[in-house]
Amino acid sequence: MELTVEGRKVFAATGGKAFDPSLPAIVFVHGAAADHTVWKLQTRYFAWHGRGVLAIDMPGHGRSDGPCVPTIEGLADWLIAVLDAAGLARAALVGHSVGSLVTLEAAARYPDRVEDLALLGCAFPMRVNDELLDAARDNDALANQLTNAWGYGRAAQRGRHTMPGLWMLKGGMRLLEDAGDGVLYNDMNACHIYEGGERAARALSCRTLSIMGEKDIMTPLKQARKTAAQIDGVREVVIPAAGHIMMDEAPDKTLDALRDFLPQPT
Amino acid sequence: MADPKYLKFDTLSLHAGQKPDATYGARAVPIYQSTSFVFQDTDHAAALFNLERAGHIYSRISNPTVAVLEERIAALEGGVGAVATASGQAALHLGVATLMGAGSHIVSSASIYGGSHNMFAHTLPRFGIEATFVDPRDPKAYAAAIQPNTRLLFGETLGNPGLEVMDVAAVAAVAHDHGIPLMIDNTFATPYLFRPFEHGCDIIMHSATKFLGGHGVAVAGVLVDSGQFDWEGSGKFPTMTEPYAGYHGLDFAEEFGPGAFIMRARTEGLRDFGAAMSPQTAFYILQGVETLPVRMQRHVENTREIVKYLCGHEAVAWVIYPELPDHADHNLAKALMPDGVGAIFSFGVKGGRGAGAKFIESLEIYSHLANVGDAKSLIIHPASTTHQQMDAAALKAAGVGEDMVRMSVGLEDIRDLIDDLGGALRRSQR
Repeated sequence: MELTVEGRKVFAATGGKAFDPSLPAIVFVHGAAADHTVWKLQTRYFAWHGRGVLAIDMPGHGRSDGPCVPTIEGLADWLIAVLDAAGLARAALVGHSVGSLVTLEAAARYPDRVEDLALLGCAFPMRVNDELLDAARDNDALANQLTNAWGYGRAAQRGRHTMPGLWMLKGGMRLLEDAGDGVLYNDMNACHIYEGGERAARALSCRTLSIMGEKDIMTPLKQARKTAAQIDGVREVVIPAAGHIMMDEAPDKTLDALRDFLPQPT
Repeated sequence: MADPKYLKFDTLSLHAGQKPDATYGARAVPIYQSTSFVFQDTDHAAALFNLERAGHIYSRISNPTVAVLEERIAALEGGVGAVATASGQAALHLGVATLMGAGSHIVSSASIYGGSHNMFAHTLPRFGIEATFVDPRDPKAYAAAIQPNTRLLFGETLGNPGLEVMDVAAVAAVAHDHGIPLMIDNTFATPYLFRPFEHGCDIIMHSATKFLGGHGVAVAGVLVDSGQFDWEGSGKFPTMTEPYAGYHGLDFAEEFGPGAFIMRARTEGLRDFGAAMSPQTAFYILQGVETLPVRMQRHVENTREIVKYLCGHEAVAWVIYPELPDHADHNLAKALMPDGVGAIFSFGVKGGRGAGAKFIESLEIYSHLANVGDAKSLIIHPASTTHQQMDAAALKAAGVGEDMVRMSVGLEDIRDLIDDLGGALRRSQR
């Protein structure tokens, strides 16, 4: 479905079912230079199990109008504007990587708007490797290569996707290639310069889940655990053998973790 | 400089799509000879059927052994996914049926496998899909033949049997200018020698019966999706971009993004048309794929030696192989396929059809049969076999002459192959 925020089109996939704002809502926020399709093996389940689902494309990503928003704080404000446009007073937020920082910041800034929070591949500070950041700034193809290779765990290099026949490394690369010039840099840099993680963590008042990949290279398990430890009452789930893009590498385990955390609709 | 450290082609040939069996630690890919797979509970069952979760339901739609092969070929071709089929022809049909329905049109190379030509020229018209055949060497001919209802451009990396080398990038540009995908049959080259996706091709099909298997024991096909065609931007493919009642209004491009085509091919095409590959067949083809790089090197080495021998033989009227300087596509072939232009070529035996027949019947090591890409050397007379259903005009357009002999060079000792050829050529001239 399409929403309008600040005069610009925002695309949100709804899990294959028309969005009903009267249902308890979950809003999914993707990672760097990605789009709503990264949630393909989680969103349909929730949409067909009594939830209103919005898997949004951030500004300048996927099917949403640009330009990109350069800061986590700006994206957090924009995310709440998306909830307004969708007629949602409250929603559960699920964010991955840069999306996890956006949802974290939004939950901290607008506690009355966020029911529950699930952070996937989240760590702060989320510093980006200098060489990767430089390559992304230059729109060098190396940036996509490194992001994809480091995003997926080593086990994913050999594949064996849960969805028969899909070769996830190339699927991930296609998303990066489809993103326009500057998109990856915008997202990477937003993570790199974000300083508000600890403050936001302390300010959280909602239930929070942290899903971590055991073999994550981008936000290593040790760092993700250190981050989670700063959140009161956080629930932790570590997905064995998974890298940073756990919702693609281990879609069922990711879905199960979310399903177990988010209250079942009555 | 940081290195992404992706696994290389030879490693992927052996490992892509597989992890050692978690239960018993089997190193080889197990054959999951089971029609169906047990659900965890009723919710799991319903979620699988509605594509809310991924997994195996029934082996017509997917199977764990077949899925290893599918991922492996997708990895080797550089695609986002693949669907294995009962044959190469099933892969071609699945690709067409996933993209279009009655009232659609295909522009195809005129120089293609006879079975593919039959499908386009004689069979698909019964279902309302027409085709126009053009010179594969002429991208402008492809452009000129495009109609408002054209939904696919098609060709073979190496034409059959004339070995015309397709300028994939040029034809892909024509296709994309018109919002249409390009499908390539990459059977003759295999991804070891040529990777069409790197040149703009959108969909690849294989007869995996040939070099991918390499042993001639199983008929098989594979359809591979590059994930790079913009279905939404094209606006010509409602199967990709409009709600599908077969899955409660699922919009494949919206839900699956780069994997839209291959997901539709599986969830509709295999589900409803049912031309699935058996797990036993997938196992056979996987045994071949594991050695594809080393086999293709030897295939090419032997081919080069035989072509050289035949070019110097007094009983040979002509030889067509793109690595020869007099081949019309020599420069293109060198640029696109520096590691070799395959192991199939054509030649004419002096004395016409009669001498050709005597030559074929005199061979002892080469097998006279309708196949290519086997570890064993094969030979055939296309005009009377693989291209028999074509009329004179179509044969001419495909470059099939009465004296043409097509050879698929195997892995035997080159000295034995040349000895056998020499003897048969001598007998053909008596």
